[in-house]
Amino acid sequence: MTIPEKIESSTATLSRREALIRLLRAAGVGAGAAGLGVWLSRRSSRPEVVIASNVKRGHTVAPNPALPEMAIIEGDDPAQLARQAVEELGGMNRFVSRGDVVLVKPNIGWDRTPEQAANTNPDIVAEIVRQCLQSGAKRVFVTDVSCNEARRCFQRSGIAAAAQAAGAEVILPDPSRFKEVDLKGEVLTRWQVFDAFLNVDKIINVPIAKHHALTGTTLGMKNWYGILGGSRNQLHQRIHESLVDLADFMRPTLTVVDCYRVLLRNGPTGGNLDDVLLKKTLVASTDPVAIDAYVAKSIWNLDASSLPYLGMAARRGLGTMEFEKLRTRIKTI
Amino acid sequence: MRFLKPTRLRLYSQIFFFALFLLLLLRTEFRGSLSSSAQEIRLPYPVGLFFRLDPLVAISTALASHALYKGLLVSLIILIPTLFFGRFFCGWICPLGSIHHFFGSLKSERKRGKQLLDSNRYKRWQNTKYYLLAAVLVAAALGSGILGWLDPFSFLVRSLALSILPGTNYGLQALLRLLEQSPWGALRGIGGALHFVLGALVLNFKQPYFRQGVWLGALFIFIVALNFRITRFWCRAICPLGALLGLISRWSVLGLVKDSAKCNDCNRCLLRCQGGDDPIGGVAWHQPECHLCLNCVGECPEHALHFKLFPTQQTAGANLQRRKLLTGLAAGAAVVPLMRSTPGFAAERHERLLRPPGSVDEEFFLARCIRCGECMKVCPNNALQPALTQAGLEGLWTPILVPRIGYCETSCVLCSQVCPTGAIWEITAKEKGWSVDVGSTSKPIRLGTAFYDRGRCLPWAMATDCIVCEEWCPTSPKAIYFRPAEVFDAAGNPKQVKQPYLDPARCVGCGACEKACPVQDRPAVYVTSVGESRSRSNQILLNRRKG
Repeated sequence: MTIPEKIESSTATLSRREALIRLLRAAGVGAGAAGLGVWLSRRSSRPEVVIASNVKRGHTVAPNPALPEMAIIEGDDPAQLARQAVEELGGMNRFVSRGDVVLVKPNIGWDRTPEQAANTNPDIVAEIVRQCLQSGAKRVFVTDVSCNEARRCFQRSGIAAAAQAAGAEVILPDPSRFKEVDLKGEVLTRWQVFDAFLNVDKIINVPIAKHHALTGTTLGMKNWYGILGGSRNQLHQRIHESLVDLADFMRPTLTVVDCYRVLLRNGPTGGNLDDVLLKKTLVASTDPVAIDAYVAKSIWNLDASSLPYLGMAARRGLGTMEFEKLRTRIKTI
Repeated sequence: MRFLKPTRLRLYSQIFFFALFLLLLLRTEFRGSLSSSAQEIRLPYPVGLFFRLDPLVAISTALASHALYKGLLVSLIILIPTLFFGRFFCGWICPLGSIHHFFGSLKSERKRGKQLLDSNRYKRWQNTKYYLLAAVLVAAALGSGILGWLDPFSFLVRSLALSILPGTNYGLQALLRLLEQSPWGALRGIGGALHFVLGALVLNFKQPYFRQGVWLGALFIFIVALNFRITRFWCRAICPLGALLGLISRWSVLGLVKDSAKCNDCNRCLLRCQGGDDPIGGVAWHQPECHLCLNCVGECPEHALHFKLFPTQQTAGANLQRRKLLTGLAAGAAVVPLMRSTPGFAAERHERLLRPPGSVDEEFFLARCIRCGECMKVCPNNALQPALTQAGLEGLWTPILVPRIGYCETSCVLCSQVCPTGAIWEITAKEKGWSVDVGSTSKPIRLGTAFYDRGRCLPWAMATDCIVCEEWCPTSPKAIYFRPAEVFDAAGNPKQVKQPYLDPARCVGCGACEKACPVQDRPAVYVTSVGESRSRSNQILLNRRKG
């Protein structure tokens, strides 16, 4: 719009036609504003958090009575342990089909080196990734929602580099990628979950066995804390219920507990090599409850009675805590 | 040959150094690597390069500490060409100068015709910077690094790193969110591509937040906006580095020669003069004000202006008034004792004055720290924040650790790597000593000590299990331990909970417990500075002394 340079004084009256046009213009603006106002006021509602729909729960494969349900392997080479354990359970082909999108969930929680045994052994993670790809997985993701600064954890744990070299896509827990999800648990209902965990075909849980003051030990089920964002520091208040809720939500294809180096004290952070026991063992199972019960018993001599979450999980049908009844293969390489 | 015109060369130099500065600033951040498993984390770039080029920082640190820290010797390199060519640094290199140059050359209602010419004539108030320089150098000699409030790189890094860049990051993230959540697939595609590119180049992994960010940014914008009234007001009147280089340029052998016979008083040389140094004929050229931008030489239609080695023409010096200079010296001499006359410095330390790991004792810290904000920029947990009053008025914008925002990461020593002056003395993760190796006997660096507020702690006050603090405690053995206790809930039922305690002999004051405490607003465990290993006086326990 240009500003007229000179305003001519005029006494001429507006023509009827021009006056009508002006009136119509004013009416149009008025009607438009009113219409927009009505439309916007109809839309008004109390702001609500959007709940992610389309969440895949349960990644298990059909049981096979001819195959063992748990494998306990001992030996010097971590990667070889992982290879052998999966082999005993029927090979990765049983768990991962051609074209599957697989997520491998190690513990990358702490800014620690592999020797300090606060995070899963990188060689074990890399071997699992390799096997998934060999079984025809379309994509293999490796991620965790770290406690300490994530980029330091991913780098210093050695997991990011090892997994990437094995062909996995390593994703950092980008704060913009958390979605509100209804976990449908007893104490955990709506919670922020890292969206990398929400829509994959298979999930392989690869925790490391560590000491933990509140529950005595942190194993497979506790590893699911690492899918959550939000105020997960509140979960300790009802730790057993929240562990079971999470295990119910996730239901992994396979659980592989790294007992190569075991953090016996001052867990889950550790830091002191004196706290680390070189156990050179790896346990794998399709039963997420039994494997926790077994490792707790074999390393810390903790009975299922002192780990209430195991019983609660068994009652909810997530597995059995009577690991003795599992078809188990024990092998030393 | 247009591309090789002297003013063109100057422009290329300005662009190059500004880009270099911005690149180094953006890389003052641990971005991590998915393909490296290196356990010793150091920044691969010399991110503090520009501070190493700042002779003012070198001189003030030398005055304050009677020594030169790390690479500060390098800055003297800048002084040598200044002795020959004058303030070329201001016109050709300084990134803050280039920002002012850019905004000063934009058209402005306040600088038209005669106003513009007048604004570019030499003014007496341009001497303010020399008096400020005198004041901050005296303050430095008396042991206070307040020069950092005015040092151009401190000002620039602090403003950009703590305010402008975080703001930009927020804006870009909001834009990307808008694009990526749009109902149109094409926009979502553009958003995704943009996210990928920006993520690799500039976006932060986590949105950084800084206390006082809005004021630091507003101050920066105000100083830049002054260019719309007076070109390069900062460089002409405030910058103490410019003043230092101006004083040195008095001996410079390169000078402007005016052919007064040719000058027809067209005033065109004043149109784009940066320094306000009077290149026009008939008056003396003010050599210490000139930035060597060379605009006047190119503008003169009569070719009456030349830069020449060993000119014989008389020029004007800084022309300082003795009385004002003495005022500046006296102000600098008075301000330090004045600021230290409060009990805060000596007797009543602020309990939350938690300094970064490696920091020297408070007295030396205040002398060395130039309030540049590099440490705050690099901290991966956003834990270091500019102080407001915690360190006294003198400590404004010095770094403090705020555990509620972020704790000090066990193996991280990046702040000590980037500190240009040794206020945070460079240490290794091993020297920090938080992640002990077997057989290590050295004592860890402590930032303070954690305390429990049992009235807010869940197992103590609310008959609820928790001990997240114990879980997060990074020392081994853990500084936080617990005892099982029987408590009663509201209905009177007995209940077993684990109640946390703190062992001050093991606590390093990292603040992880405070960060992790689920009592969100005022945590039930918090760190105060008592027991910090850098201080001999701020201690509690006899058996915890160091050295």
